Order: sequence, then structure tokens, then C-alpha cells
Amino acid sequence: MEKKNHQPLNLEEIRRRLAEARGRNYWRSLEEVADSEDFRQILEKEFPLQSSPLGAFLHRRQFLKLMGASLALAGLTSCRPLPQRKIVPQVQQPEEVIPGKPLYYASAFTLGGFARGILVESHEGRPTKIEGNARHPASPGSQGILPLTQPARIHPDGTPEHLGATDAFTQASILTLYDPDRSQSPVQQNRLASWQDFNTALAAAMAKQAAVRGAGLRILTETVTSPTLAALLEELLRKYPQARWYQYEPVNQDHSLEGTRIAFGEPLQPIYRFDRADVILSLDANFLHGDAASVRYAHDYSTRRRVRRDTHTMNRLYVVESTPTVTGSVADHRLPLRPSQVSAFALALAKAIGLPVSAPSLPEQAQRWVDVVARDLQAHRGRCVVAVGETQPPAVHALVHAINDALGNIGQTVVYTAPVQAKPVSQTEDIRRLAQEMASGAVEALVILGGNPAYNAPADLEFARLLKETTQRGAFTVHLSMYEDETSALCEWHVPESHYLETWGDARAYDGTVSIIQPLIEPLYPSRSSYEIVDAMLGRQRSGYDIVRAYWQGRQQSKQFDTAWRKWLHDGVVAGSALPVKPVKCRLQSVLEAVQKLPPAPEGLEMVILPDPNIWDGRFANNGWLQELPKPLSLLTWDNAVYISPATAQRLGLSMDTGGLANMVDTVEIRYRGAKVRAPIWIMPGQPDDCITVFLGYGRQRAGKVGTDLGYNAYALRYSDALWSASGVTLAKTGERYPLASTQQHHSMEGRDLVPEGTLQQFLRDPEHFVQKHSEHEQPSLYPEHEWEGHKWAMVIDTSLCIGCNACVVACQAENNIPIVGKEQVARGREMHWIRVDRYYEGGLDNPRTYHQPVPCMHCENAPCEPVCPVGATNHSHEGLNQMVYNRCVGTRYCSNNCPYKVRRFNFLKYNDPKEPVLQLLNNPDVTVRGRGVMEKCTYCVQRINAARIEAKKLGRRVQDGEVVTACQAACPTHAIVFGDMSDEHSLVALAKAQPHHYGLLEELNTRPRTTYLVKVRNPNPELEGD
Amino acid sequence: MPQVFHQSSNTLARLSIVTGAALLVTSVLIGSNLSRSPYVTRAGAPVDQPVPFSHKHHVKELGIDCRYCHNTVEKSAVAGIPPTHTCMSCHSQVWTNSPLLEPIRQSYLNGTPVKWNKVYDLPDFVYFNHSIHVQKGVGCNTCHGPVHEMNITYKAQPLSMSWCLDCHRQPEKYIRPKEEVYNYEYKQPQNQMELGAKLVKEYGIQKGQLTDCWICHR
Amino acid sequence: MQEVAQRETGALIEGKHTYESITHKIASVAMGYRHPIAWYIVTAIAAAGVFMLITAIAWLLLRGVGIWGINQPVGWGFAIINFVWWIGIGHAGTLISAILLLLRQQWRTSINRFAEAMTIFAVMCAGMFPLLHVGRPWVAYWLLPIPNWTGAWPQFRSPLIWDVFAVTTYFTVSLLFWFTGLIPDFATLRDRAKKRISQIIYGVLAMGWRNSAKHWHRYESAYLLLAGLSTPLVVSVHSIVSLDFAVSLLPGWHTTIFPPYFVAGAIYSGFAMVLTLVIPIRAWYKMQDVLTIKHLDWMAKIMLATGLIVFYGYIMEIFTALYSGHSMETFLVKNRFFGPYAPFFWALLVCNGLIPQVLWSPKVRQNVALLFVISLIVNVGMWLERFVIVVTSLHRDFLPSSWGMYYPTIWDVMLYAGTIGFFTFMMFLFVRFVPMISIFEMRDLLHQTDRHRQAPAGAPATPVATTEVSS
Repeated sequence: MEKKNHQPLNLEEIRRRLAEARGRNYWRSLEEVADSEDFRQILEKEFPLQSSPLGAFLHRRQFLKLMGASLALAGLTSCRPLPQRKIVPQVQQPEEVIPGKPLYYASAFTLGGFARGILVESHEGRPTKIEGNARHPASPGSQGILPLTQPARIHPDGTPEHLGATDAFTQASILTLYDPDRSQSPVQQNRLASWQDFNTALAAAMAKQAAVRGAGLRILTETVTSPTLAALLEELLRKYPQARWYQYEPVNQDHSLEGTRIAFGEPLQPIYRFDRADVILSLDANFLHGDAASVRYAHDYSTRRRVRRDTHTMNRLYVVESTPTVTGSVADHRLPLRPSQVSAFALALAKAIGLPVSAPSLPEQAQRWVDVVARDLQAHRGRCVVAVGETQPPAVHALVHAINDALGNIGQTVVYTAPVQAKPVSQTEDIRRLAQEMASGAVEALVILGGNPAYNAPADLEFARLLKETTQRGAFTVHLSMYEDETSALCEWHVPESHYLETWGDARAYDGTVSIIQPLIEPLYPSRSSYEIVDAMLGRQRSGYDIVRAYWQGRQQSKQFDTAWRKWLHDGVVAGSALPVKPVKCRLQSVLEAVQKLPPAPEGLEMVILPDPNIWDGRFANNGWLQELPKPLSLLTWDNAVYISPATAQRLGLSMDTGGLANMVDTVEIRYRGAKVRAPIWIMPGQPDDCITVFLGYGRQRAGKVGTDLGYNAYALRYSDALWSASGVTLAKTGERYPLASTQQHHSMEGRDLVPEGTLQQFLRDPEHFVQKHSEHEQPSLYPEHEWEGHKWAMVIDTSLCIGCNACVVACQAENNIPIVGKEQVARGREMHWIRVDRYYEGGLDNPRTYHQPVPCMHCENAPCEPVCPVGATNHSHEGLNQMVYNRCVGTRYCSNNCPYKVRRFNFLKYNDPKEPVLQLLNNPDVTVRGRGVMEKCTYCVQRINAARIEAKKLGRRVQDGEVVTACQAACPTHAIVFGDMSDEHSLVALAKAQPHHYGLLEELNTRPRTTYLVKVRNPNPELEGD
Repeated sequence: MPQVFHQSSNTLARLSIVTGAALLVTSVLIGSNLSRSPYVTRAGAPVDQPVPFSHKHHVKELGIDCRYCHNTVEKSAVAGIPPTHTCMSCHSQVWTNSPLLEPIRQSYLNGTPVKWNKVYDLPDFVYFNHSIHVQKGVGCNTCHGPVHEMNITYKAQPLSMSWCLDCHRQPEKYIRPKEEVYNYEYKQPQNQMELGAKLVKEYGIQKGQLTDCWICHR
Repeated sequence: MQEVAQRETGALIEGKHTYESITHKIASVAMGYRHPIAWYIVTAIAAAGVFMLITAIAWLLLRGVGIWGINQPVGWGFAIINFVWWIGIGHAGTLISAILLLLRQQWRTSINRFAEAMTIFAVMCAGMFPLLHVGRPWVAYWLLPIPNWTGAWPQFRSPLIWDVFAVTTYFTVSLLFWFTGLIPDFATLRDRAKKRISQIIYGVLAMGWRNSAKHWHRYESAYLLLAGLSTPLVVSVHSIVSLDFAVSLLPGWHTTIFPPYFVAGAIYSGFAMVLTLVIPIRAWYKMQDVLTIKHLDWMAKIMLATGLIVFYGYIMEIFTALYSGHSMETFLVKNRFFGPYAPFFWALLVCNGLIPQVLWSPKVRQNVALLFVISLIVNVGMWLERFVIVVTSLHRDFLPSSWGMYYPTIWDVMLYAGTIGFFTFMMFLFVRFVPMISIFEMRDLLHQTDRHRQAPAGAPATPVATTEVSS
């Protein structure tokens, strides 16, 4: 849409418009105001309490404003009629839209270029929630593992729709759509400009390049898997033969591509088939979290960990890693080693299984590991996997391919396809070349589509400086991005990029499967997608829809294209577009040569560089949900820290005090090749000694109001020749202390039997007495028994399956309008998450055993919270739900005090600020937005229960198993959460509760929880027990 | 030394005690009654609309079925306010240049919606679902009153929680055969209580659940 | 007017006193001749405290309870601690005025008025906290069983509802009792008043009291009835407050011993507070001969007794916890002794358990300065006790994952200090405008003690107002 001119608007005006607008009309009115300067200011002024990292410090004016507001409030509560409200129908009712009923559309979310299939819930035209698309390989549903008798959702066209799993990023990506900090207008050298201005400028620049056949034209994108975009870029390069297209993003696949190049002579995409593997060895591979295929891998892995009465086998997971990760935390055996030692371990293993390599010496324990693991792997030839992580050098990748080859796994549990990237290049090489060209002044027009290289390019390239100089030199530099970030600031032009829910596109999944990305909503602000920009560079003005559709029409010359196209959109996948498995031949010789070149084990402190588990490479820095999401294992929020092992910390005299509200920790100065970074430490049990881990994504300067100036910038320590690990690092204690907000202050179980566990052998020996019951017979209760009617909702959580990835936490937050509270409030212990994943350690500090325990409301049948509420705001439903009625709550907090599980959450302050116009659109209309002074907690997603019950009652039948899927359950990649009606003995939840290893948390208190657990079952190797 | 008080003060003292007590009682009564009064609930007060739409004319005199305009009442939580298009489906033929209908025509031409004033307005924490109520035999006019007699629509009931509970505690007092739901002439039979009881069983209405908080509040 | 001999010390009234002199001594204070400079200083400071209170409340209502230090898991903090503390303090008044009256304890006469006033102001302070600590104070009235259009009622299973009834009843009865007791004295003041305005004010308060035998007759029976009425309250109120904790299943709260030991604690702290207030005022207003060492001595004895009960309570709590063998209970004890809040627990044992033991010695009991210090220590100790009960039980309960710490904020402190200011302010206004000792009862006492010593001729059975009676 093009810009309209506007007379300045005042706040009331905009308020009125926003208040009146509904559905599509909303966008129109918002677009109208979006261009005007004062709207920008208002959005800034209006920035809500709920996203301000440091709670609310009030200035005098705000104080007065608040005062006024509260007085008005007081007025409302008195005996006066409520204000007259408007009701605004459509002019033309779109026939698929039934007011009050959500619609679901299939699309795809991409991270690092790789697609995850999603289903987006849309209420009257505004997307509110993202679910996984079970049809998509990267977001598998539970069907197959759990026989869902009924679809979880009915698609608008009436076809059944199973929900697929998702990761935290996918869940939270919807918040970015409504982020008030998104840039809303083109900016030319920090001055607001219009799209016309930009189009003219672009046209001029392209004309100039046309003359020199694009000699000065450079395009920088992130990883591109999109066939359409690739085709457009190819076309552009044909038109401007001298131009160059570079790709760079900090978390790339350079090592694994190079590894396959060494091992097979061509870049390939390895795909693991964990569902076929009996034994898995991970070498620094965190395949359960953050990988393009993680959700799928977690799903496959879990199919072999699900213990039921009839289970006889489980897979076995060995993890050798240089940083405690989600994958390591669920391993049967975990061995912490420094990155260089992990490489050495790989060599030793290769030697042990008979490859002609010379293995360096290893620590005694590691050596024993090598022997045992090698034996175990060889005992499972063709049915085992050795996975290697991106942080390992290419040679080790190649070596691991050779190992898998030697173990006969290739073609069985490991397969290879052509690369999923449209142009599989070494991105580090690309960015280096671009930097050189910028330095040499060869770059006259630089178009950066997405990404944030000025912030996240390797430090030694000094990309930011070069970009600044290029711009100053008068080159035409453009940055297309959703935020006006560090890179935008250094470019001549910043142009706002459309969010993926606003635009058309396509992308490939880890296995090459193509998904068409379809928009759920008109762009909130005048913005473009990279497709449209490239198209404009080609001198066209097509809409994203035309571009994508035209491409695929070109590919599929057939009468049925329309039908096919509609099916693709409906299914969210292009049928049969997965890349074929390639037969490969391992070239041992080149592998051995490469291995020869591996540097010798370095002396001194080593450093691992990882993307932040929540903020990733920094792109989610302004996403409050992900900022406040506890990071796996450390449960830190709002900051990144330097992981350091307890022994090393002691040696360096570093300490952290977890006693108080926040954790006061020592800060250190990390020195590496002249770079100096000050960072807070986090003493991480299970971190290898003499090895620190730093996390990328923080220290943003222009992220937005939420993400700016949080944490430290680890990119300063990242060099193009040491992307993931470095040696020769020195630490110096600064003497300053820094507060870190973690959601769990206490990490031991204090010898309480909270997460019972056992081995598969024990389970097989005597399943019935596997877990010792606290009370064989039901204990009596003084209160009268509840009378049940209808269903008996219940939940079972399988602790053997939970990997602690926190996807459920974000899913719950998105579904239930849960606010974020900011670092200072989290430090006070006031985070609002309805479901939390408790993490306990057991055993020595150096390599403890880790337990994850998701804790939602237990919906106790004898709920301690109920009798103590003076106004009966929390009480029991006939279906066994522990009901919390917000509008009745007075806020005595007695219920929370009396809750043994401490799952209740209280609005200590006004966390949900209704004044914020844009974020309001994100709210789920089926869930009340809670105000100040009200208690809240997990509801088992009662809005979904009610919806299902009403539909069932209309059809005159009972709700059937699988019809109600809670948000956490749907998101869980390992399907560890089962929900349903336990009064129906065929339901999954009833089956789970009938398992011998089923138990209730703190059941000795006779609370009779409806949420119960399955004991964690491990499958350790007897030879390694005690490690 | 003179008297501090006049004789009458004794009487005054006694009086003050009585009146004080009386005031206390009355103020409580006034307060609790005011909160239920039409002044607060707006029950029975006609609400001005941009177009003086007469249900009496359309429903009683023309005999248009409720569902012609409120077409999602059986499918969705909201009964649905007709889009301008629906109005124009007739008014492009009849009363084509009546000044009263100008806003409708404008809306249709400019694609700007008509902004009606809400008559039945529930608080945001109350989740009422039309579709299930009509499915279980709650008649339109049980809550909406004699719509077919309303020239300008007004709220027929207070919509207070106790009012909702009255039916949710004893549905048999109100429900009618499904086929009678849209019949605005329907009169409750003498044997309503046993008919109701029968229907409650027949429609599988679970009375216990009707008073669960989360049936309406989430 | 018969001459009266010098009384020996250790009696309830010392020095030369006639009915007239007693009336004058007490009434003159209220009639406002020459107040000690201390009165002005203390009142000024207290007034400042009242302003602080108002500020703290305003900000609280504006921003919400989030300005306090409470969190998950410690949902109750200063507010509840102070509530229990103040309610406890009130108890001495009721005990003295009601129970000692029924027990015909003459020595109560010179302190009951004072203690009752203290009760009323303490309950006022206490009452503020439950109201203010709720998340949405503007709907706090939902705790009252008022017929309303939602058709919803309070839940009577919740101890908080019992609280509402307990505290309101307590306040009403205490107020009535106090006022009834004041009527004859107001009459006295009315009659002594010179200024018209004070004549009217005291006159209205005196409700037309004319000292007629009928009045006295009705008065006596009414007073006795009210005494009977408030006697159970002494026990019930704090028992119910203690149920707020005992009803829950939290280790450290879930204890059957709570009711008796809360009541004992209440009286303990109550008498401590009476001493804290009486000792300075007694000195400032030269009341030594009506508030004699004997009074102080007896109050100290009661403190000692109740203090021992409380201490026994502590021991039983620890014993049962360990004896139960329940891991959570034993952990709680461990956590109290050695956990992060251990210093508070130890301090509490010293303040409430150890130090008061010196009261065994009569020398200490009759050493005014020492007594004053001890009373202060006990006040502190009783506050610590409530802190330990509320915070240490909450901050580490069943799931270690949700353990946390509680640190009060400046607003917690301001609100607390504010109520102390308010309390003192009211007490000093009371001293200034109302006879702080029951005049007629003192005269009665004087009469009786005299009669006990040597039967004097023609002393009237009921005291007669010595000034002219208005009728």
C-alpha cells in the first residue's frame, strides 16, 4: 500500500480509531496513522509496563497520569451505568469467517532459513496463536506414537487437523508481529522517508549499476532455502552479471557442509533417523534443541524412550559435550570434555572401531568411555548413530561420517541429501569477501536483505566500520529489516521488512520439503518482503503473492495447478518436495588427511561460543517472551552469562551468591586476541574444567526498548577463523558483582522424593514395585467428597521424555495472555508463567545428573487452595477442574501460600497494561486479561475444553479423547504431556495413569492431584554406571 | 452554674439514637437496591441507534426469522450483527431513498461499517455462547424479551449474575422444546416444571455443571 | 470531708488523698492545665508518623501490593505480621478490664481505662492491614456477607472470614465497654469544665449522666454484662487469628498448639505495651501514687507467667515437629535454627524466652527503668515471633524449586512505622482529653481501702460526686 499524507493526529484521535476498529478495518485505520510522526511518538510514549525490563519507575507526570487513571477507576466502581459501547459489523461478511470462531491457516516459520510447519489461529483476522503443523516433517504431531482417536482441531474446510509440535522460537515469533518497536516507515539517514522516495532511489541506483553490469552491486542475505527468492536472485545475477550475492548469518552450517565436502567430495545435508537408532552418541551435538530439525529429532528420539508396561527396549544416549545442553541433560551417560578433547575423543573412537587414525591421549575416564562406547556401538552396527555438532571443526565432521560409514549406519540411521540451501557456500568466506570488497571500495550499491551483519559479523572483519565508510563514501546502502537496528543505523537506507505472518513466501525444511508461507494479515505497517525488494530491483512491482505463485506456476505446467496450489496452502507442505536421499561413498583418504591437519590440543583455557538458547543469534532480543523464558538448565532470564565449571571458578576465586533475591555473581573480563569483554559468570555444574562458554545474541545497542543493553556482546570475541571455539583465552576477575535473575534459586531436591527415577533393568525386573507408593489406600479427608459430573479431566507428564526445552512454557504464555514482568520482578520471584519446568541436580557438582519436571497446576481433588479463599474465588468444578475466577478474586494470596506446589501466580503490579494498543491485538479473546491484584494459574486451557464441550453437546455426544489438546501438550516435541478424560478407561491419560511407574507429586499430602507423573526411566550401560 | 443543656436535649438524644439506627438500615437497603435498579442495569431503556431499526416492523409485521439477520446464532458464541450487505439485500429494492436509511446506503457505498450501539453488553470476563443456549431450548425471548414488540430495541433483562444463575440453577423453569426456540409467540405451558424436567433429561443438560464458574468465566 | 492519714507504700493508692484530691489529680490532666514538654515532643513525632502512614497508603493504593517485598513463595509479609502483632497488643486491655473486673481485682482500677484505650487504638492499627494487604482493596467488602446481585456469598470455610467477624466484634465490644466506663467521668469533666465548648462536648459524651442511684444501678449491671461479653473475646479473637495459620497445611503453620499459645502471646505483648506506655506517662504526669510500684509489679508477674506459656509453646512446636518424623516438619525446625532467617529466630528466643526470666526477682519487678527496657524487648520479641512464623514457614516449603527469600521494601517499613506513629498519636490525644484513669472507680477504691484500714464514720457506700450535681 502506498503512503497517504496525514494531518497530525492526537492521542485521543488514535485511541478512538483503535477502539472502534475491528478486524480488517483495524489495519486500515492503523495503516492510516502509521506513517504520521506522532503515531510513532505515541507508540513510544505508550510503551507498556509489561515489556519494560526494569519494572516501572514513575516520573512525576506519569504519577499524575496514574493518579488520574485510578480516580477514574474509582468512579467506575461506584454505582453508575457502564459507558455505552459500540458494535461494528462488517460491510461485506467474508463467507469463511464466522464471528466468534477462530480459523486456522497453514504456513511456515523459518529460523536460519530452515522452515518449521505451523498452523496459525486467527480471530476475526488477527493471528493470536501458533501451533505446529503435523503434516510438516519438521513439526511432527503425536499421531503414530500416541493413537489420537480424534482430531485436535477442525480445519475451516472441515478436514481433521492434528496439531504438531513446535519449539519456543516458533511459539514466540508471533509476539514480534505485534512488537511496537518494529520499524514502521523507511528511514533515509535517520530521517523518515516514504516508499516512493526509496523506490526512486533504488531505481536510480540500479540504473547506475546496469551501466557497469552490476560491477558495484552486492546483495547480502541470510541463508536462503526459498526456491522463489533463489530464482529471483539468479535472475538478478543474470541481469547484472558482475553483481555478487553473498549469504551470511552467524549461526550457519559452514562446518557441516565442509565436513561432507571432505568426506564425500560434495556438500551434503546429513539427516539422522533417531527413531531407528538403538544407541546414540552425540559429540557436542545438541540435536534436541536449536537445530533446524530439533523438533523432529526430539520426536524421533522420544519414540524410543516411551516406557509403558509392555516396553522391553529403549534407546541409549551417550553425550560428550563441552557445554551442558538440553541433550546432555537427558543423556543416559554424559561426559564433559573441552572442545579440543571432544575432537580427540572422536579420533580415539575412530581408532577403537578400527579406523587407521592416530589418537591423542585422553583423560583416564574419557579413555574408558571410548572403549565402552565403541563396544556398544559395534554391538549395534547399522542401528546406532554418531552425531556431531556444528561447533566441532570440519575434519571431525568428516571423521564422524567415516565412523558412521564404518559402523554401517549410512543409509540406515544416517542419510544424506543434497543441501537444502539454495546456494551452499561457506558463509564465513562470503562475509569475508564482502568485507574485503567494501574495504577496497569496490562496493557501490549494497542491499542487505534481513540479518544484522554490523552487529553479528566476525569481529576481525570490522564489518560495522567498513559499512559506515561505504555509506559515507556515498555508496547506496540499504538494509531491509523489521527493526531499525545496528546495521540500519550504518546504512543510507533502512526499509521496514514485513513479518513472515504478513507476507507471501516459501521455504524448505531440513529435509528439503517446501512450504508456502502465506500471510495471516495485511502488513501492520507499510513494509516489504525481501522477495518484493529483489523484484523491485528487477524493475518490477509485483506483490509477494504474484511473485511466489508465478514461480510455482512456472515450475508446474499443468491444468491442475490451481488445485495443487490450494492443496499446498491448505496442507502447509508441497507434496513430494522433500529432497531425495543420495547414495554416498565415503572417501576415507581425504578424511584422514583432513584429520592429520587438526591442531594439537591447546594449553590453557578454552572458550566455546554458542547461540543463546532463547535469543538465538540476537534476532529475538526484543522478544519479551523469549527474554523472560528461563534458559534451559541455568534458568536465567534477561541476561547472558559466562558458563564456568565449579572447579575452575574455585581456582580463579570466582563465586556467585544465590541466597538473595537476584543472584549476585562475580564479573570477569574475558581477554582474547586483544578483545576485552566484561561479563557476569554463571557457575555451571557439568561444565568441563578450564573451559568457558559464552553466548551470542546479547549486548544489542539498537534492539528496541526490550532488548537494548542487556547482557554482554560475545560477538566481540568471535573471529572468522574461530567461530565456535577458541583457545588461549584469559579471564580476569573485575571485583564487581552483577545481579542475575534466575527463576529457580535452589537446585537440589534436599533428599525429597520429588522426581523418582530408575533404570530400565529395574523396571523390567519388577514393574509393579518399581516406584514405592506413599499410600496404598486412599487417605480419608475431612471435607465432603466432591460430586463428579461429566468428564474427569486429568494430565500425565512423562518425566522420562521431558527434555526441558521450555516450548510448553511459551506456548502457554501465548495461549493464555500471560504478561511478562521484567528482570527486576523476576528477581523478586514474581514471574507469571503458568507452567514451569523445574530442574534439579543430583550427584557431584562436576557432572551431576539432571532432572526436568514440568509443573503446571495439579488441579488437586482435595485442593488446599480452595477452602482458604474467603470469597470462594477458587473452587472445584464438577469435571474436577480447580477453577480460578479472576473477577471474583480479592487478592489475599492465601491460596498461593497454601499451595504445596506453588503454581499460583499473582499480579503484584499492573503487568497487563490495557493502554498498549498494538499488543492488545495479540490477546486470545477466549481468555480474560487479568488486572492488578488478581491471582491466576494454569486452567488446563479451559477455553479449549469449553469449546470442545460445546461442540460435542451440540452434536449430542461426549467429548472424545484427543479433542481437547492443551497448549503445552500440543507444543511438546516429545509428547511428554498427555491430557484427557481419565474416567474413560480407553483414553490415553487413563492408560498412562494405569502404568506401574505412575505417581503423584507430594501425594502423601492427600491432595489427590489430577496432574500426575511417570517415573523417569533411564537406560544406562552397566559398564559405565557410576559415571 | 447554668444548665449546660436545655430540657429538650434529652428528647433529641433519644431521637438521634433512633434516627441513626434507621439511617444505617436504609442506606444499606438503598445501596443494594440501586445496584440492581434499571438505572444501573439499563434494563428497559431503549438505546438510540444510528438508524432507528424497528424489530417490531421486521419481525412481527414482515415475519422475518431471527436467523435471517443473526445468522451465526446456531454456529457461534455471538449471534451476529448483520453486515450492511444483509440490509441492502432488501433495501436496494424497497425504501431505496428513505432518508432514514441514508447511513446504511453510505456504509454500503463507502465500505465503512455502521456503528450500532450495543444493547446487550456483558463484561469482558463473561463468556456467553448463543449456539449452545439455542441448542438446549433456551428461547430468544427468554432473555431478549418481546423483541417483536420493540420499535426501538431495549434490554429486557438486567443481565445480572444472579439473573443468569436463576436459570443455570433451575433450567427446567425456562427451557422449551428446541423447535419453539425462535417462536416469539411461545407461551410457557401450565406444566412447565415437568415439561422442563423432561427436556432437561432429554437434552442431556448437566445441571451441576451449569453452576461451575468456568462455564461462564475463564 | 474526713481527714485521711498518710498511706504506706506498696498500697494501691499512696500519699495523702481525699476523693476531692483524686478527682482533681486525674481530671486536671484532661482539663488541660500545664502539660509536660515531653507530651508535645512525643505528639509531634507521632503526628509525623501519621503523615508517613498516609503517604505509604496512598502509594500502595496507586501501585498495588507489588511495592512491598512479598513475592512467590512468600505471599504474606509485613502486613500480616503487623496485623497479628497489633491484635495481640490489644488483648491486655480486654483482659484487664473484663476478666480482672470479674475476678474483682482492685488493682486493675488504675490501669483499665488506659489499657482499654490502648486496645481500641491497637485494633484500629491491626484492622488497617488486612484491608490494605489484599490485591484489590476496593472490593474488600466482598468479605462481608452482603446480599448482592451476583448471588455469590463469602466462603465461610475460610479462616479469613472468621477473622472479619472476630476482629469487628472485638472492636465494637471494646469500644462500647470503654465508652460505658467513661460516662460517669465525662460527667465529672462536664461539671468541672469552665469553657462552654468543653462543657457541651463532655456533656454530650456524658449522655445526661446525673449520678442518680438509678443511673448507678443501671450502669453497674450494664458494665458487668459487657465485661461478661468481652471475657470470651479475650480468648476467641487471637485463637481465630491463629487459625489463619493453623488451618493451612504448611509446615510451621499447621500446628494445633497455635490457639492457646497465640492467646498467651497476645496477653504477654499486651502487658508489655501497657508497661511501655504507663511508665513514662506515670512519671510525666506524677501519677506515681495512683499508678504505684505495686501495679507495675503485678503486671510484670503476669508478663512472666504468660511469657513462660509462650516459651513452652515454642518448645512444644519444636518437639512435635521432630517427634512427628515428617521430613518437611523436621526440615522446618532445622531451617529455623540454621536457615537464612536463623538470626531472627535466635533473637526471638532471647527476647521472649531468656530475658523476661529476670522478672522472677522482685528487685527487677520494682525497678521501673529496668521494667521499661524489658517491656520494650518483649514488644520486639513478639514482633519477631510473628515474623518467624510467617516468613520462615513460607519461604522454604515443599518444593525446593520454588524456594525464595523475602526482603521488606521501604514501603513495608513506612507502613509499619506509620501505624506505630498513629497509635502513639491517638494514645497521647487520649491522655490529653480523657481521664486516663477512671476517676470514680479510684474514689471507690479509695473508699474501700480506707474502710479496710479503719472503718470510718459515714463514708457513703457509693461515691458521691464532690462537685455540684447538675439535674
